[in-house]
Amino acid sequence: MSNEELKIKLSELFPSAVFEEGGEWLTFLVEPTNWKTIAQQLRSSNDFDYLFCVTGVDWKTHLTMVYHLTSTTHRHTLVIKSKLDRNNPEIETVSDIWRTAEFHEREAYDLFGVKFLNHPDLRRLFMTDDWKGWPLRKDYEDPINMIKL
Amino acid sequence: MYRETQILKAVPSNIANDFDDNNEMIINVGPQHPSTHGVLHLVITLSGETIKNVEPHLGYIHRSIEKMCESLSYRQFIYVTSRMDYLSSHINNHGCALCVEKGLQIEVPARAKVIRVLMDELTRLASHQLWWGAMAMDVGALTPFFHAFRERETINDIMEETCGARLTMNYMVPGGVMVDLHPNFQTKTKEFIALFKSKIDEYDELVTGNIIFQNRMKDVGVLSKEDAISYGCTGPTARASSVSCDIRKLYPYEVYNQLQFDEVIETGGDCYSRYLVRMREMRQSLSIVEQLIDNIPEGEFQAKTKAVLKLPKGEFYSRIETARGEFGVYIISEGATTPYRIKFRSPGFSNLSALNHMAKGYKIGDLVAIMGSLDLVIPDIDR
Repeated sequence: MSNEELKIKLSELFPSAVFEEGGEWLTFLVEPTNWKTIAQQLRSSNDFDYLFCVTGVDWKTHLTMVYHLTSTTHRHTLVIKSKLDRNNPEIETVSDIWRTAEFHEREAYDLFGVKFLNHPDLRRLFMTDDWKGWPLRKDYEDPINMIKL
Repeated sequence: MYRETQILKAVPSNIANDFDDNNEMIINVGPQHPSTHGVLHLVITLSGETIKNVEPHLGYIHRSIEKMCESLSYRQFIYVTSRMDYLSSHINNHGCALCVEKGLQIEVPARAKVIRVLMDELTRLASHQLWWGAMAMDVGALTPFFHAFRERETINDIMEETCGARLTMNYMVPGGVMVDLHPNFQTKTKEFIALFKSKIDEYDELVTGNIIFQNRMKDVGVLSKEDAISYGCTGPTARASSVSCDIRKLYPYEVYNQLQFDEVIETGGDCYSRYLVRMREMRQSLSIVEQLIDNIPEGEFQAKTKAVLKLPKGEFYSRIETARGEFGVYIISEGATTPYRIKFRSPGFSNLSALNHMAKGYKIGDLVAIMGSLDLVIPDIDR
């Protein structure tokens, strides 16, 4: 399915859907509060069964969570973006829909400080448990471990 | 709605339940342990000998490569990625080069494309050889390790001549490859093909048919197709569970669409299937190298690029098939000389996340076989 066809199909399913143009794949902007219901619908009705990339981006004014989804049967790809408040980033977990998200969300929590609500095991993944700060945020400073070029 | 598959385990549940929760034992495997193949720390909850839970503790070699890349230019950051999956460093470099070329719309010369594919497949062979040796060693056969390293050495020698390095090659650059092939490359590679064709049959005779080996591997660590997709498994791990996920076939890059090769798929989903997938993949890689070695086109090995690369504002994603699965590079550019944000989607990270699900209910001895069959490279997971 091409991006245009996918866009039409998704607009029917989610009438208030907002899309972003210009990328390689269709980008679907969702509100963090709606994400869980949209994710469930995408998984069940559109066969988006393979979540291959979950990451965060720090835009200095806000954080964005980016999810890359593919359907292994129809081979179409969709990018989901969700804008989060930088001071209190919260979004529902999707680890019960795509099991791979459990680890990826722990990584995003560890490096960006995004809180995933109802996550079964939200702890630091790479850093030690008592680590202060969120290393991949743009304003993160570490005089000992960071080498500036 | 998707549900995790309940696999019928070899251990009857009434035996496993004889141990109540008070008899639970927690043991640590790693961070320094021969079977973890690196600094991976597993906290295992046991009931008797049966595994109840496996929890990986990561981060012992976390270098925050993604943060590092934010201050490196588009030419420099490729060299850091060799240090992630050090067994397929060529392919990591290749994935990053592809992403930069996608952003700048650089057309790579035909010669460079073929050289890249040749190097990728030789790397895949070397990686699978090492895995084969380590896999057999994990389940108790020491000799295959020396056989595997003997053949891997010849690939390393070929790499050393052309790229100047044996492990972290840094040979792919945006626009092509760094230097032209060494004059000895073709003869040496042909010698290697002839040698390895007989050796791979020897590998099969030595290990694949061995009944002790098969008993350790068959019906151990079963992963269903739905679970493999849901856990984001890729590469041989997923293909052993009959998921078609070979990026070389699905989203062909370079010259893969002009080559004759099969996507190797097994249906068992157990350790033995994962073993068979990799063994058959070695033969496929060998055939790809054979097809290309006499057909390297003449011409430039690198496209002309500007000294300072600046990606236009936007987002770029490229995917590539490494020896372990799908490697993704996600670049967000603000139009500067350095990326605003880079994310590396590493195959090992997702494959590892399925470990707990695969190992639950099996004996502790099986865990070593399961981990061996996943072919984990820890720097790739920790990044």
